[in-house]
Amino acid sequence: MSRIKIFDSTLRDGNHAVRHQIGKESIEDYCLAMDGTGVHTVIVGHGNGLGASSLQVGLSLLNERTMLQTARKSLEKTKLGIYMIPGFGTIRDNLEPAIADGVEVFEIGCHCTEADTTRQHIEYLRKLGKETYGVLMMSHMASPERLLEECQKMQSYGAMGVILMDSAGAFTLEMVKRVISTLYEGLDICVGFHPHNNMGIAVANAYMAVSEGAAIIDGTLRGFGAGAGNCQLEDLVALLEKSGIKTGIDFYRMLDASENVMPGIMEKDMGQDPISIVSGQAGVFSAFKIHVLKAAKEFHVDPRDILVELGRRKAVGGQEDMIVEVAEKLSRAGNMGSTDNVTYQLGSLL
Amino acid sequence: MNNKKVKVAIIGTGNIGTDILLKLERSDVLECGMFAGRNSESKGICIAKQMGIPTSLDSIRAIQDQPDCCDIVFDATSAGVHKKNAPILKEMGKFTIDLTPAHIGKMCVPVLNLDDCLEEKNVNLITCGGQATLPIAYAITQVHPDTKYIEIVATIASKSAGLGTRDNIDEFTQVTRDALTEFTGIEHTKAIIVLNPAEPPVTMRSTVYALIDHPNMEAICARVHEIESKIQKYVPGYRIVTEPVYENGRVTTILQVIGLGDYLPKYSGNLDIITCAAIEIAENYAKQKILGDKCEQNKNI
Repeated sequence: MSRIKIFDSTLRDGNHAVRHQIGKESIEDYCLAMDGTGVHTVIVGHGNGLGASSLQVGLSLLNERTMLQTARKSLEKTKLGIYMIPGFGTIRDNLEPAIADGVEVFEIGCHCTEADTTRQHIEYLRKLGKETYGVLMMSHMASPERLLEECQKMQSYGAMGVILMDSAGAFTLEMVKRVISTLYEGLDICVGFHPHNNMGIAVANAYMAVSEGAAIIDGTLRGFGAGAGNCQLEDLVALLEKSGIKTGIDFYRMLDASENVMPGIMEKDMGQDPISIVSGQAGVFSAFKIHVLKAAKEFHVDPRDILVELGRRKAVGGQEDMIVEVAEKLSRAGNMGSTDNVTYQLGSLL
Repeated sequence: MNNKKVKVAIIGTGNIGTDILLKLERSDVLECGMFAGRNSESKGICIAKQMGIPTSLDSIRAIQDQPDCCDIVFDATSAGVHKKNAPILKEMGKFTIDLTPAHIGKMCVPVLNLDDCLEEKNVNLITCGGQATLPIAYAITQVHPDTKYIEIVATIASKSAGLGTRDNIDEFTQVTRDALTEFTGIEHTKAIIVLNPAEPPVTMRSTVYALIDHPNMEAICARVHEIESKIQKYVPGYRIVTEPVYENGRVTTILQVIGLGDYLPKYSGNLDIITCAAIEIAENYAKQKILGDKCEQNKNI
């Protein structure tokens, strides 16, 4: 039995990369290919989780019950999981139907300093005996001590583990080391990490997290995900096994899924294009990328300037409406010359 | 001019209760007869004591023990507590204004249905996000009953979201969505609530999206501005910051609420939008149902 649990968010975070347009057949093919490979759970849904299909963050092609029911039929051995952010989804509209559709693993998330908004949902699920984890997003925005405090709250609500999301791909290796070791020391429940690859170190960051005691890595095949993408699970499994850490994953079957199924789901390969790199450096939510590119085009401004300004304003996940406002402001300020932009950029680097 | 004031009680001494307490100071028709909660550490209790207002840590018991302390009750506790308080207050015949997302009584947005609500025993103020966005959603759907979908996003500063809001985030989201459907008659609706911890805190802002096939933007803008100025009569800091625009197949309207800065700083428009609505209801109830009656009695004598 491996001490590491792999959470597979390909059909959730990957949805960001294709504007939440993953179709029914892709879900079927993917679940059949991954069932029984040894990943702990396959998480399915809109990129921002249950209840998030919206004009604010993007409408999904399928409604969430169709997604879950489709996945349910194709998963026998591997658990079906969901992600939900309170404020987007509710117990009545989203969790109750998900339970009825046979979801077994629940990730309940919030911005990294707002853990008390997950209490109702974690307690509700734990009372029903459901396997439930707390998730803190944009975790580069808080100190290790503050993150520990927030995780302890989730622990007190009954969460079986906590997963830190590096939603902006802004963590350096040193930061991972400091944060994960702090949580590992201070918590009784298991610690997980969900890296993003903006600076090309998602796999290394996941490895560092495991070295410091993390028991859950949440990633995706091919790194399919928001912005520059996630921790590529094929790479991570190879690295862990080679380093003598057992994962319990059927590696060849995972590679087969990667080779045979993923090309049909992805529109293009993941990678650190310049926009994603600036996004990671500015500490902006990875899922903003597509919205930023759209707004930049519409208002004729440099998308990098939008990202730097969003980072300066500390926009959090869910604030996609701020992108249009920033783009509009920048386009109005455009005639004033570039001094302001330089100031912003310097500010973000300090 | 009638000098007599109607007595009100506030249960719940958190952000909302304390903000109402401070706003009552400006009222010509209301005065606070009891400020009651459970938390002995509450800053609100200290403020009330300094103001010379009767306080209690017995929550609703304080009103049961001294029924004469009020005719109107503001309940600013939590959805769970209000569910217990509501039948007691009903039994006592107190006109109750519920500022939790419990949704026991009729939902009230003063600019939309104040008069209907004055006949009720218990009115529910939905949520701050609901108070801010429902009038806009209503205005849009009045122009376009053919609207296919309405969505609102309310962003509030983390610092201004008190314990009650956090503890009731589920009811908060759900009741806001339910109210969208109830007030607009549109079946497909969605409410999103975002807490933003940025420093300095962000001002309360909300976005209303509507899916309409061929929107009459001129008529929508006119209706939205008309309702904006009506709301400003009781919420002075309410304003449309991005007027309805048609982009990407959706009609987008962005508004913000700057608070009066009574209890929490001005970024906390989420407090004002709901506490101002509560005061508006209470003042109208007081004028019509209590002071009005007295005048008539005097005439008869």
